Amino acid sequence: METTPTPFKIAAFTPDELEAPPLTLTQLTWRRFRRHKMAVFGVITLILLVAYAFGGALIFSEGYANHTDTTLRLNSPSTEHLFGTDTIGRDILARTIYGGQISILIGLIAVIIETVVGIIVGALAGYYGGLVDSILMRITEAMLNIPEIFLLIVMAKFFGGKIPGVDVFGRTYSGSVIVIVVIIGLTSWMYLARIVRAEFLSLKENDFILAARATGTSNSEIIFRHILPNSMAPIVVSATLGVANAILAEAYISFLGLGVQPPTATWGNMLDGANNYLESAPWLWFFPGLLILLTVLSINFLGDGLRDALDPRSRTV
Amino acid sequence: MSHLLEVSDLRTRFHTAEGTVFAVNGISLHLDQGETIAIVGESGCGKSVSMLSILRLIPIPPGEIVSGTARYRDHDLFQYTENEMEDIRGKEISMIFQDPMTSLNPVLTIGRQLTESLRAHLPMDKKAAEDRAVELLEKVGLSDPRQRLSDYPHQFSGGMRQRVMIAMALSCSPSLLVADEPTTALDVTIQAQITELVAQLRDQYHMAIIWITHDLGVVAGLAERVIVMYAGLIVEEAAVDELYEDPRHPYTLALLAALPRVDRRRDRRLKSIPGAPPNLLVEPHGCPFAPRCEYLIEHCKDDNPSLTQVGGAHTIACWIDIKTGKPR
Amino acid sequence: MTRYILQRLLQGIPLLFIISIILFVLMMSMGDPVATMGGRRVTRAFDYERLRRQLGLDKPIHTQYLYWLIGNDWAKVDLDGDGIAETTGVRHGVLRGDFGTSLVNRKPVMEVIGERLPNTLILMLAAEGFIILGSLLIGTYSALRQYSTLDHLTTALLFIGYSMPIFFIALISMYLFAVLFKRWGLPYLPTVGMFDPQVGKTTSQVMLHMILPVLSMSIVSFAAYSRYIRSTMLEVMSQDYIRTAKSKGLPRREVIFIHALKNASLPIVTVVGLDLPLLLGGAVVTERIFAWPGMGRLFLDHVSRLDLPVVMGILILIAAAVVVFQIITDIVYAWLDPRIRYDT
Repeated sequence: METTPTPFKIAAFTPDELEAPPLTLTQLTWRRFRRHKMAVFGVITLILLVAYAFGGALIFSEGYANHTDTTLRLNSPSTEHLFGTDTIGRDILARTIYGGQISILIGLIAVIIETVVGIIVGALAGYYGGLVDSILMRITEAMLNIPEIFLLIVMAKFFGGKIPGVDVFGRTYSGSVIVIVVIIGLTSWMYLARIVRAEFLSLKENDFILAARATGTSNSEIIFRHILPNSMAPIVVSATLGVANAILAEAYISFLGLGVQPPTATWGNMLDGANNYLESAPWLWFFPGLLILLTVLSINFLGDGLRDALDPRSRTV
Repeated sequence: MSHLLEVSDLRTRFHTAEGTVFAVNGISLHLDQGETIAIVGESGCGKSVSMLSILRLIPIPPGEIVSGTARYRDHDLFQYTENEMEDIRGKEISMIFQDPMTSLNPVLTIGRQLTESLRAHLPMDKKAAEDRAVELLEKVGLSDPRQRLSDYPHQFSGGMRQRVMIAMALSCSPSLLVADEPTTALDVTIQAQITELVAQLRDQYHMAIIWITHDLGVVAGLAERVIVMYAGLIVEEAAVDELYEDPRHPYTLALLAALPRVDRRRDRRLKSIPGAPPNLLVEPHGCPFAPRCEYLIEHCKDDNPSLTQVGGAHTIACWIDIKTGKPR
Repeated sequence: MTRYILQRLLQGIPLLFIISIILFVLMMSMGDPVATMGGRRVTRAFDYERLRRQLGLDKPIHTQYLYWLIGNDWAKVDLDGDGIAETTGVRHGVLRGDFGTSLVNRKPVMEVIGERLPNTLILMLAAEGFIILGSLLIGTYSALRQYSTLDHLTTALLFIGYSMPIFFIALISMYLFAVLFKRWGLPYLPTVGMFDPQVGKTTSQVMLHMILPVLSMSIVSFAAYSRYIRSTMLEVMSQDYIRTAKSKGLPRREVIFIHALKNASLPIVTVVGLDLPLLLGGAVVTERIFAWPGMGRLFLDHVSRLDLPVVMGILILIAAAVVVFQIITDIVYAWLDPRIRYDT
C-alpha cells in the first residue's frame, strides 16, 4: 500500500522545539560541583582557615607566639588568651595561627613533591609499558606495603637533625620542616603514580596519540602535551586529597615528637605530650586538634565535590 | 465479565537532576485470561516503564506513579501494601527481562535462584523445591538439570540463561507473564528457540502474556493483539492481522514501511522515520508524533488526540484519516 | 583457582625481595652497620675491625646484602686480617629469623618483638572485627535510607570520623569516657596499659582496657568502609538481578541481605588487605597514647633510643606481614567470588 501523502498544511517545528540545547563541559562541571553542598561548605571553610592562619599573623607577631611566661602557664581560656596558655605560658591561639601556617605549608609543598614524583613514575610506567612498567610498579607496590607512618618515623628520626634551618619570608624554619616535607612527599607518591599509570594506559591507545606519533612528535612531547593534560581530572582530585593526607602525616609525626621541633609550632607538635594534661588542661589539645579536623574535613569535602564534578565515573573509596 | 488485568490512565514520571521525565503519559489497556498481547514501540517509548509500574518495581524516590489504576482480578494493585505485592509478584504475575547476562545474580547458584521463589510462595521444603527446580529446567530444555542446580550463571550461555529465567518465572504457575524484550539480546537462531519455548509453555500453563518488543517480526507469530506505543502514549491498538494489513496511525505505517523486505526493489533506499524521538523532559503537548509525521496539520501541534475506534477492536489516536489525508 | 593461588604466591616473592632491598638500603644509610648488626657499640679500633670482618662488612655491597639475607654462617670469614678466611660467620640471616640483637638490652631482636607482638595482634583483630561488622551494618542501612535526613546525618558524621586524626579521637574519647564519666559518677573506662596491675592480667581486665584503644584505632577505617559499603550497596541495588529478585516476590529482607549484600560486600575483602598498613600505623599512635604494651610502642621506644636492629626487625616483619596478608585476602576474595573460583 503506497499512498503518496498529501499533507493538508505543512506545519514546521523550529529546531529548539525539537531538542534541548546541549550544555558545555564547563557548565556541566560547575553544575555538578554546585550541587554538592558539602563541597561548597568545604571551600568556604578552607578559605576561612587559610585566612585565620595567614591573616592572623597580622594580629599576633611570631615573637608573641613564642613568648614564654611561666607565671601564666596552663591558664584556661580567658579574654586575654582565648585558647588558654600552654605548659610554658605561651598563648595557644597565637601558636595555632603560626602552627597553622607551617602545617598548611607542609601539606602543600609535600603534595607538590609527591605529585611530581607520582606523575613521572606513573607516566613512564604507563606510557612505555613492558619492563619499565614492571620494575616501576614493583617498586611502587613495595613502597605501598611498608606502612607510611613507620617509614616516616624512622626517616624523621635518623635523618632529622641533619639539615640546618632556613629563613624564608622573614620567618625562621628549623631544618626539621624541610626534612619532614621531603619525607612525606617521598612516601606518598605511590597512590598518584598508580592513578596516572592507569590513565596513561588507557589514553595512549587513542587515535589522537597515534596521529601525534605519525607526525613525528617526540615521546616527551606526547607525554606532556597530549596525554597528561587529558588526565588532569584524577590528578587534581588526588592532589587535593593528598594535602589532607600530608597534613595528617605531619600531625602524626609531630605528635610523636619526631616531626617539626619546637619552638616552631605546628598543629601536630602542639599535641605532643598533651595526654599528660588530659584532664587538667584539655584546651592544650582540643584547639589544635579541632583545627586539624576542620582542615582535613574541608579538604575531604572539597575533594569529594571535585571528584564528582570532574571525574564522576571514578567513584571508588 | 471483568478482565484479568485492566490498566486505566497510567502516568509515571521520574524526577531527576535534569528535570522531570514524563515516561508514561496516560495509557489504558486490558488483558484476558490466556490472551497474548504485544506492546510495540521504539526504545524510550515507555513500554517497559508501564509494565514495571504495574508491578510497582519502579524505584520510588526518583520515580512516581502520578495517577492511574491497575486492576488485577478486580483489585487495584496500586492500593496493595508492599507485602501484598510480594504475594502477587512471582506467583500471580511474573516477569522476564531483556538481558540474561545481568538479570541473574552472579554469586548465587542457579538452584538457589530457582528454589527461593518456590519456597517463598509455596509450602515446600528444600528437597521438594529442588526436585521441582529440576523438573522446570527439564521443561525449558536444559540438559543435565540436577547437575545444573549447583552451577553459577556465568557458566551458562545467554540462551541457556534466558531459559533459566523462564523457568524461574514459571515456577509458581503464574496467570500472567510479562516478557520485557526477552529475545532482544540473543542471537537470531536462539531468539526463535526462546519464542517457540514461551509459546509452548503458554499453552501448557494457560498463561496470559504481555510481550514487549521493538521487533515487529517477533510479534506476528505470537500475539493476538498488538498495542503500539510512542512517547509514553498508546497510538494504535488492533488485532495482529488487522494491524499488519490495515495500519491506520502514521507511526505504525512508518514502522511497517521501515521493515526491510526481501521483495523490495534493490535500488530503493531503506525507509527510515525522519527526526528523533521526543525529549521526554518536556511535558507532552499536542500529539507526540507531530514533529516526524508526514500527515501533520496545525491542529496536531496543539491538541493530543485521544484513542478512538475505527472499526471493531481497532483504535487509533490521530486527527487524520491517512486513507484520505483529511481530518476525521 | 589453584593456578590463581600459585600465581599470587609467585608474585609475592619478587615483591618481598624488592622490599628487602629497599629496607636494606635504608638500614645501611641510617647508622653504623657495625653497631647495627653486631648488636653492640664498639669503640676500640682493633675490636671494631675484627667485628667488621666478622660481620662481613668489608665485602662489596651485594655480598653484604646476601649475608644480611641468608647469613654468613655457611661461609668463612677472615677474622685476623691476614687475607685467609678461616672462621665461620655467626649470622643466620633475616630469612632464617636472625635480626641481630638489640642495642638496648642485648636480647635477640626476635625475642624482643615476640614479647610484644601478641598484644598488638589482639588490638588489630578486635579492631578489624568491629570495622567489618560495623561498616556492613551502617553502610547497608545508610544505602537503604538514601535521601533521608538520617542518611545525610550519617554521611556527615562518617565524613567527620574519616577526617579525624587518630590521636584526636583518642583524646576526645578518653576525655569523655574516662574523665567526664568519672566526674558524672558514671562507670568509666580505663585509659592506661593493658590491665590494672592491682587486679592482674585477667581476660575481663584486658577486654576492658581494650575498649578505648580499639575504638580509637577503628573509627577512621570504620567510617571509610561504611562509605564504601554504602556506595557499593547503592550500585548493587540498581542492578538488574535485584530487579529480578524483587519481581519474584521475594521478601525484602532476603533481597537486601542475601542478594544485594553478598555482592556488595565482596570488594571489602580486598579493602581489608589494602587497609592493613594504615591500621598498623594507627596502632603506633594508639599504643603510645594508651600506653598499650604492643609492637607499636616498642617501635617508638626503640627508635628514640636509636636501636636500629629492633627497628629494622619490626619494619621487615610488618612489611612482610602486609605482603602475606594481601596475598591471603586476594585468595579469599577469589574463593568467595564464584566467577573467579569456577573459572573453567
